[in-house]
Amino acid sequence: MKILVAVKQVAALDEDFEIRADGRDVEPDCLIRDLNEWDDFSLEEAVKIKEAAGGGIEVVVVSVGPDEADESLRRCLAKGADRAVRIWEDAVEGSDPIAIARILAAAARREAPNFLFAGVQSSDQSFAATGIATAGLLGWPHAAVVAKLDFTPGARTAALRRELEGGLLQEVEIELPAVLTIQAGINTPRYASLRSIKQAAAKPIEVLGLADLRLTAADVGESGSLSRVRRMYVPEKGRAVLLEGTPAEQAGQLAAIIREFKGEAA
Amino acid sequence: MSGILIIAEQRRGELRPISLELIGAAQQLRAGGGDAADVSVAVLARDPAHFVPALKLAGVDEIITIAVATEEFDPDTFEAAVGALIEERRPEVVLVAHGVDAFGFSAALAARAGYGFATDVFKIARDDGALVATRGGYGQKLCVEVDFPGRETVVLAIRGGTFKPPDAGALTDPRIREFAAPATRSRSSGKGFVELSAADDVDMAAAEFILTVGRGVGEEAKIEQFRELADVVGATLGCSRPIADAGWLPKSRQVGQSGKTASACKLYIAMGVSGAIQHLAGMKHVNTIVAVNSDAEASIFGVAKYGIVGDIFEIAEELRRHF
Repeated sequence: MKILVAVKQVAALDEDFEIRADGRDVEPDCLIRDLNEWDDFSLEEAVKIKEAAGGGIEVVVVSVGPDEADESLRRCLAKGADRAVRIWEDAVEGSDPIAIARILAAAARREAPNFLFAGVQSSDQSFAATGIATAGLLGWPHAAVVAKLDFTPGARTAALRRELEGGLLQEVEIELPAVLTIQAGINTPRYASLRSIKQAAAKPIEVLGLADLRLTAADVGESGSLSRVRRMYVPEKGRAVLLEGTPAEQAGQLAAIIREFKGEAA
Repeated sequence: MSGILIIAEQRRGELRPISLELIGAAQQLRAGGGDAADVSVAVLARDPAHFVPALKLAGVDEIITIAVATEEFDPDTFEAAVGALIEERRPEVVLVAHGVDAFGFSAALAARAGYGFATDVFKIARDDGALVATRGGYGQKLCVEVDFPGRETVVLAIRGGTFKPPDAGALTDPRIREFAAPATRSRSSGKGFVELSAADDVDMAAAEFILTVGRGVGEEAKIEQFRELADVVGATLGCSRPIADAGWLPKSRQVGQSGKTASACKLYIAMGVSGAIQHLAGMKHVNTIVAVNSDAEASIFGVAKYGIVGDIFEIAEELRRHF
C-alpha cells in the first residue's frame, strides 16, 4: 500500500519586502521559505499509519516547486517519508492552485497510491483548493478538513471526522482510493532527529518534468490556470487606534478600556 | 452568459449565515455592473422547500430547490447537482461560501469543468466589464487581485463576515423553481455529527469578556501567566488554533471560526494572535477587539478597534498591576 503526501514550500514576507516591477507578485529575494504548517500534519498522519502497520506501506512526498523546495522535501524524508518526488519546469511559473492540482493529479496517476493527503490550506496563499481540485481531476472520492482518521491497512474504506465551523464535527465513511485534506491539530508532528536529518541529506530526490507526467506547457502556468493574478498591493493600514507610550502607559490605557467595559470608574 | 447563481449553505435544518451574506455580495455585484442580471439562490436538501421562506429576501429573483438523497452535505451529490445546474443555467458568476462544506466540492467542480475559480474572496468588482476578485496573500499581508480571462462562468468562494446580508424586513416574491438533481452514487457517506466536548467547564459561547493567547506566547510554560492575568481582570481565557493544536490549552478554549463561536463576546483582548483568516472571521462580530502584538503588520490590527504594538509579556505584567 502507498500513501502520497502532497507538500508545499510556502513563502512568508520578509520584514522589508518589495512588490515586483510588474506588480503581480513579490520580489523572490524578499521571501522566507518553509514547509507549509498543514503539510507537517498530513505527513505525520501518513507516517503514523505506516508505523502502526509495521511494514508494507510506503509514504511518498511530492511537491511542485523549483530546486529550493528540496529543503522541505528533505525535512519530510527526515520525518519518515520513504521517497520524495519534485516536479518543476519553468513553464509551471504563474500556476494557480488548479494548475498545480493538474500536476499533482498526473503524479498521483503515476504513483497510484491508496491515499493522497494534502494540507487543508497553505499558510501563504490560503487557497484551500489544491487538494480537492486534485481529487476532482482524478475523479476520486474526497473529504475536506479531516481532523481524525481511522484506517486499517487493507480496508476498502476509512472512517474520518471533518471539522466543521463552530466546534461541530461530521463523521464520514469514505471509499479508497481517496484524497483527504488534513487539518492542523489532527496529530502531534514529530521533530526530526539529528541522525535522521543526516540520513535524509543523503537520500535522492526524484526530479520530474512535465513530459514525465504526460503534461505539456499548456496544461500549467497561466494557460492551465482558472485565475490570473493582476496585481498585489499592500492594503491600507488597519483601523485599529494604536495605544501609544511606554508599556506601562499602554497597559494603563488597556486597563481603562477593561474598567469601562465592566462599568467601573476608571 | 448572465446571471448570478448562489449556492446556499444549510446544516442540520438551518441556513448558515453565510448564505445571506452571499445574497448581499450578489446585490453589490449587480449594482456595480449596471447589469440587470437575475440572482438565483439554489438550496440542496432532502426537503429543500423547508428553506424557501427564509430565502425570500430583497435581491433574490429566483429560488431553486434541489431535492437530494442526503440531508447533509455530501461531496459527490453536491458536485453532480451543482455541476448540472451550472451547465443548464450557464450563469456568469456562481457564489459559494469559503467554508468547510464548499471546500469539499467547489474546487473539484471548477477544476473538472474549467470554470474560473477563486477562493477566500472579500471584494468583487468589474473593470471594463471583466470580473475582478480580491483575496488575501502572504498570510493576509497583501491584497491580491485576480481575473479570469476567457472564462464564461466564474465560481467565487466568499469569505464569511464580509458582505452585509439583505434586510430581512422587506417581503419579496421570488420565482420558485425545482431542479432535478442527476442520480449519483456517493462514494462517501455522512454518519452524523459530534459536538466538540468541553474538556473543562468553560463555555466560550457565553463569555462576554475573552482574553486570548496566540502563537506569540512561544512556549507552553508561559500560558500560566496569561491564565492568571485572565483571572485577575475577570476574563475567560481563550486561545487561537495553534495553541489548541499544540495541546497547550484544550480545544474547547479555541475561538475563531472552527472553534466554539464566541457569540456573546463584547470585549476581546488578543495577545500574540497574528490573525489567520478563520480567526478573524470568527471574531469579527465583537464590538471591542484589542490586539496586542509585537508585529506592527499583523493582520489582526486590521479588525481590532484598539492596538498595542509591543511585547505581550511586558504588557501582561504591566496590566496586572492595575487590578
